[in-house]
Amino acid sequence: MSDNAKEILKIEHLFKDYDNTPVLEDIDLTVNKGEVVVIVGPSGCGKSTFLRCLNGLESIREGRITLDGEPVDPNNRSIYKIRERIGMVFQSYDLFPHKTILQNITLSPVKVQKRDKKETEKEALELLERIGLSSHKDKYPRQLSGGQKQRVAIVRALIMHPEVLLLDEITASLDPEMVREVLDVVLSLAREGRTMVIVTHEMGFARAVADRMIFMDGGHIVEEGSPDEFFDRPKSERLRSFLKTFDYEG
Amino acid sequence: MRLTEFFGFDVLLKGSNMLRLLEGLMVALKISLISVAISLILGTVLGIIVTFKKPAINAIFRVYLEIVRIMPQMVLLFIVYFGAARAMGLNLTPELSSVIVFSFWGIAEMADLVRGAVTSIPRIQYESSQALGLRTYQTFLYVILPQTVRRIIPMSINLITRMIKTTSLVMMIGIVEVLKVGQQIIEANRKSSPNAAFGIFATVFLLYFIACYPISRLSVYLEKRWSI
Repeated sequence: MSDNAKEILKIEHLFKDYDNTPVLEDIDLTVNKGEVVVIVGPSGCGKSTFLRCLNGLESIREGRITLDGEPVDPNNRSIYKIRERIGMVFQSYDLFPHKTILQNITLSPVKVQKRDKKETEKEALELLERIGLSSHKDKYPRQLSGGQKQRVAIVRALIMHPEVLLLDEITASLDPEMVREVLDVVLSLAREGRTMVIVTHEMGFARAVADRMIFMDGGHIVEEGSPDEFFDRPKSERLRSFLKTFDYEG
Repeated sequence: MRLTEFFGFDVLLKGSNMLRLLEGLMVALKISLISVAISLILGTVLGIIVTFKKPAINAIFRVYLEIVRIMPQMVLLFIVYFGAARAMGLNLTPELSSVIVFSFWGIAEMADLVRGAVTSIPRIQYESSQALGLRTYQTFLYVILPQTVRRIIPMSINLITRMIKTTSLVMMIGIVEVLKVGQQIIEANRKSSPNAAFGIFATVFLLYFIACYPISRLSVYLEKRWSI
């Protein structure tokens, strides 16, 4: 990281528990503008919970999360404003089933940001064009494949012009042949310089897209580093054994 | 004797009998539709309140729902109309008593339908709305309620038609609605057309059918149009 990189998302001493069972312990992380941070780790290690804390979907016990200096706090009314600036896409298909693709995308910018409907629709169509789905604009989510739905969900987050995009295992419930089309969209976003925090199980994708890799286990950040260090020269035994589980040759 | 006379349908054409039956139907529809409107609106509000899971409110709601389900509507009618007049000195008209009882019933059932539908909407729908910056009221208005409405249409249409049908009970507290008018016509023609009971009651049946069938067709139409 260069020294003049601008911090956008800062997490300091984050503690989180469910009913007194610690889930996240003393997490510190700073994400710079334009950086792609990829978090991997075994199931239940807290990585999804961590991501959900970042836009205030989970309350935290201790610590501080700030977006460009402003606190991310689910108990504060400002959380709505903050969420407009942080986009999130989930693992399960979260499109609104009663709205068309176009309506899914324009709902929030028109209702929340009070943007002009015509212009928002125009932008939505341009974004749909980019992911090759403009001809599906009047269809309902049930008429789309899983991969198509996830691409729409990404566009729905993008149209809010978020400063940070959070992707929570967005390919985990897709059929294998659809994973690629979704990850290609994310790769192109990374190339544009979008700031993203990504949780994934796709190691090849993680290596291709990440500026920085994070390994979480048992609610801690165990190791972090550049993709090359991370995958080729893992320092901790836990990361080595975790990476081995993805290796079928050994 | 012609067949229409044998079954007593000719009685319908005597005097203003058919008109009286239709007026009776209007009385029944007026009571039921006012009650339905009250039930749909207040039931929806109550159903949403129950989803907030405040223990005291939910406990009261469960008792309320049980009472409505266990008590026959006729007993409720008697309690409100005869009982309230005696015990509390309230002089309620039969029509008002009926609307109170039917709304009391409808609100409970409607609230339970809404509660069930709202809680069946997956959590991810709330979370993705939140993540998009939608305020709580916007999440309800644009995301949760439209999906809830689609889910409760079949059951609430069923409730509405049941309420219309059950208005036949209100003649027990002296309201002259369609079934009562039918009885009066049959009584009045007992000598000249002893078989009128069949024709008149068959006509009453047909009138209820005409009132309820469009509503159930509407349900089918909406279900198709809004299928998710």
